[in-house]
Amino acid sequence: MRDSAALAGAAPATRASRGIGEAAAAWVLCAPAGLALFALLLGPSAALLVLSFSDWELGAPELAWIGLGNYVELTTDPVFRIALRNTLIYVGVVMPASIGLGLGVALLVEGGSRLRATFRAIYFLPVVSLLVAMATAWQYLLHPTIGPVNRLLALLGISPINWLGSSDWVMVSLCMIGVWENLGFVVVLFMAGLTAIPRELYAAAELDGARSAMDRFRLVTWPLLGPTTLFVVTITAIRCLRVFDTVQALTRGGPNNASQVLLHAMYQEGFSYFRIGYSAAITVVFLAIVLLLMLVQTRILDRRVHYS
Amino acid sequence: MRPGEERSLLHDLPRLALLGLGACFILLPYVWMFAASLKPGSEIFRDSLTLWPERFYAIENYGKALSEVPMLRFLFNGALVCALILVFQMLFAVPAAYALAKLRWRGREFLFGLIMLGLLIPYHVPALPLYVVFARAGLLDSFAALVLPFTISVFGIFLFRQAFKSLPDELIHAARMDGMSELSIVWRVIMPNAWPAATAFATFSIVAHWNDLFWPLIVVQSHAMATPALGVLFFRAEEAGNDVGALMAAAVMVTAPMIILFLLAQRRFIQGIATAGLKG
Amino acid sequence: MSGEAGRAILIEGIEKAFGKTRILKGVCLNLREGEFLSLVGPSGCGKTTLLRIIAGLESADAGSVRIGGKDVTQLRAADRDIAMVFQNYALYPHLSVAQNLAVPLVMRRLSSLERVPLLRHLVPGHAQRRSAINAQVQQAAEMLRLGHLLHRRPAELSGGQRQRVALGRALVRQPSAFLMDEPLSNLDAELRAGTRREIVELHRRAGVTTIYVTHDQVEAMTMSDRVAVMMEGELLQLGTPREVYENPADLRVAGFLGSPRINTLPVCSAPDGIRLGALLLPLQAEVAPGAELTLGLRPEALHLAAEGLAVQIEHLEFLGAEVLLHARLAAPDARLTARLPIAVAAQLQRGDAVHLRADWSAALLFGADGARIASSASELRLNA
Repeated sequence: MRDSAALAGAAPATRASRGIGEAAAAWVLCAPAGLALFALLLGPSAALLVLSFSDWELGAPELAWIGLGNYVELTTDPVFRIALRNTLIYVGVVMPASIGLGLGVALLVEGGSRLRATFRAIYFLPVVSLLVAMATAWQYLLHPTIGPVNRLLALLGISPINWLGSSDWVMVSLCMIGVWENLGFVVVLFMAGLTAIPRELYAAAELDGARSAMDRFRLVTWPLLGPTTLFVVTITAIRCLRVFDTVQALTRGGPNNASQVLLHAMYQEGFSYFRIGYSAAITVVFLAIVLLLMLVQTRILDRRVHYS
Repeated sequence: MRPGEERSLLHDLPRLALLGLGACFILLPYVWMFAASLKPGSEIFRDSLTLWPERFYAIENYGKALSEVPMLRFLFNGALVCALILVFQMLFAVPAAYALAKLRWRGREFLFGLIMLGLLIPYHVPALPLYVVFARAGLLDSFAALVLPFTISVFGIFLFRQAFKSLPDELIHAARMDGMSELSIVWRVIMPNAWPAATAFATFSIVAHWNDLFWPLIVVQSHAMATPALGVLFFRAEEAGNDVGALMAAAVMVTAPMIILFLLAQRRFIQGIATAGLKG
Repeated sequence: MSGEAGRAILIEGIEKAFGKTRILKGVCLNLREGEFLSLVGPSGCGKTTLLRIIAGLESADAGSVRIGGKDVTQLRAADRDIAMVFQNYALYPHLSVAQNLAVPLVMRRLSSLERVPLLRHLVPGHAQRRSAINAQVQQAAEMLRLGHLLHRRPAELSGGQRQRVALGRALVRQPSAFLMDEPLSNLDAELRAGTRREIVELHRRAGVTTIYVTHDQVEAMTMSDRVAVMMEGELLQLGTPREVYENPADLRVAGFLGSPRINTLPVCSAPDGIRLGALLLPLQAEVAPGAELTLGLRPEALHLAAEGLAVQIEHLEFLGAEVLLHARLAAPDARLTARLPIAVAAQLQRGDAVHLRADWSAALLFGADGARIASSASELRLNA
């Protein structure tokens, strides 16, 4: 009797002390990450938001709070408007193109067993390659006079195109390089999604009368790729929104802002002109678009695409 | 022919041809980049459609790339920065991921919520304020500036937390009964069992930071501190685009390490990038 | 093409090899119309491969498959008018139960255009075809007690319910034959017994020729009109459950069927009869002297007696109505298992020395190659 009472008294104390011990250990383990999270990510992001309401320029002794002044200026700033438009065009072209082509390539690679690993490696090369270096290679390829592409076109009787130097063609070229850059990523993700589809479903589909490849695609492949497709769309859209390397390396936003994009405009305003407040506002717009994209994914589409 | 069965080579040709066409598009810049790096300038200007150089100019081109700018220094910087970033990322993320996955404590959901919030924020967002802080502190153009902002990898915490959650609790109970402290449990018990997640994360991190241009462009001013990505831009600024051969040689040197690594460890790479994705 | 209950199936000389390994070695089967045949054997014996070849999902290296007299060997699966139930059900996860059941009908009766969501209404006659399909789906659903689940998706169903949907999808088309690939192996024991009865009942009502693949000999024995025992790519025996059990053609068949496993003892043929060590057995058989043979005695063929084979009890298993007696024979050194009614075995203890009498008319004799040798009980009494 006494023993059990003593035991009952002892047990909660042990549990509580272990609870405290666990919490203390957890805080210690999380301290470096937590501090870094605040100091390097959340804190500066909050600071950015705050700065976007100021007119501060680097080197200026003081700053003034101008409320939404920067944002108002953005709406009338022609460079920003072109940057926004170009970025959205870039996303609107590169994303569907690389996803459509990527799905096609993935289906082709998975559609047989020959050379599967080889093709996968080739298509994936751009993902692991230094984009700045490859952009420089593209610059040479697309050079108006000595570039192989124009030389080839000349052989076919087509007059040379100023791929990166004319405002008519520069976005086309950037989009083309964008598809080149993103294709491998999409291919690998879709390949992973395709291999996850149970083989038995295709056998069942065959017995159910699905004779053509199109039948199998509509009955089994496309529906079961749903979650993968959603993921690919989101990832590719965000990657496209973040386009910077090719613009910085090839055109610096030119000619005459014809290839200006969001992140490049933000970079220019902040680090060439040192208009920190204004650049912050551009960054906030960029963040808002990214968040909107994430929201669309989770709220509207995610529900319809998961089956279990 | 049954679905799923081996097709004859004849039937497979259309598929292989289409894939080959796409592969040519992908390989286009690589092939020409490498070809140009072997040619002297006069040949490049004269006739760019032939691949094989008439005069083998590799030594001159690569020599110039190495001497005009400290190319080897760039490569070394790149390797060091990537290594340092990875080490710190693991040091910070792994214990935190363990605490979030396996320990029960009051702030857990709150911290995890902050992590999820962090996942939504691209690193370009804190870049500006961080630059100002580094500038004020005189830390620009240093390894600290290159490495510090990336020591927190919310993606790493997220990934490791997933991996740790799937490990059985008994491992930890047994270790505790053996008297191990939580910290040693993390590194001696948990980490070895989550090796696939670790290699996936490592490949993803190394590729992402080797290829990063945006941040080094912002914080680096001198050649001594440049990373490979910046190095290409510096070289191009030096030559003003005149010596295409040498420029291509520089591009080859800077791209080759990752490609070679990739070809050696294909499966790891693809696993890493495919499971990652969010910050790709 | 469909609608007729069950067709005869004839399979001849099926050969299949993967690389150097021969998976199927000249297998022949024939099924009568409406027959329920179990294809049973241990894992890896080739039964699933054979089933897939009959279905048309894989092609054989040699041999032919005929359904209803028609040679379908070169036809693809979709054209063979066969339905299959898979081990993991293979239900379409994005479709409801009703839609899953309708797929075989939709794929065959509606044209490509009709299957596109909005355009379908443009095709004349669509509405009638659609309602005919819905009626058949409803019928199949009711037969399988799925009526209340029609709007659910597979993820929301239990294992047993998913199994019934898989069955329904096969049934709804009224095909010429059913193929079932271990459909019960993912269910728990109780559900398995109940579903077994349901499948047999369904077969009785629908009358469709069925090939049922399983590694579980209880399923094979209880459900089938005939059983085909396969091992290592060969068909060892084809017969009714009783035939293959009482009259196995091969030692391997005898060993595979029956639980607990048949007792096997090494015997040899002597000039004066069959000898178990020093014992002369009351068996006669047409076999040359000096041959090494195997004697098979089922556990139920052994009885407790005052005299007979002298054994020592090693272990007793109490099963309720019966006792399994595991004993050791001294000469030659062998283990025997006997199945005894509880009334007889109640007092036995481990370590006891008892005698076992055998039903020599039920004894099975096999040659050195495993093939069965006909034998019968002789008038001799068991003695040294």
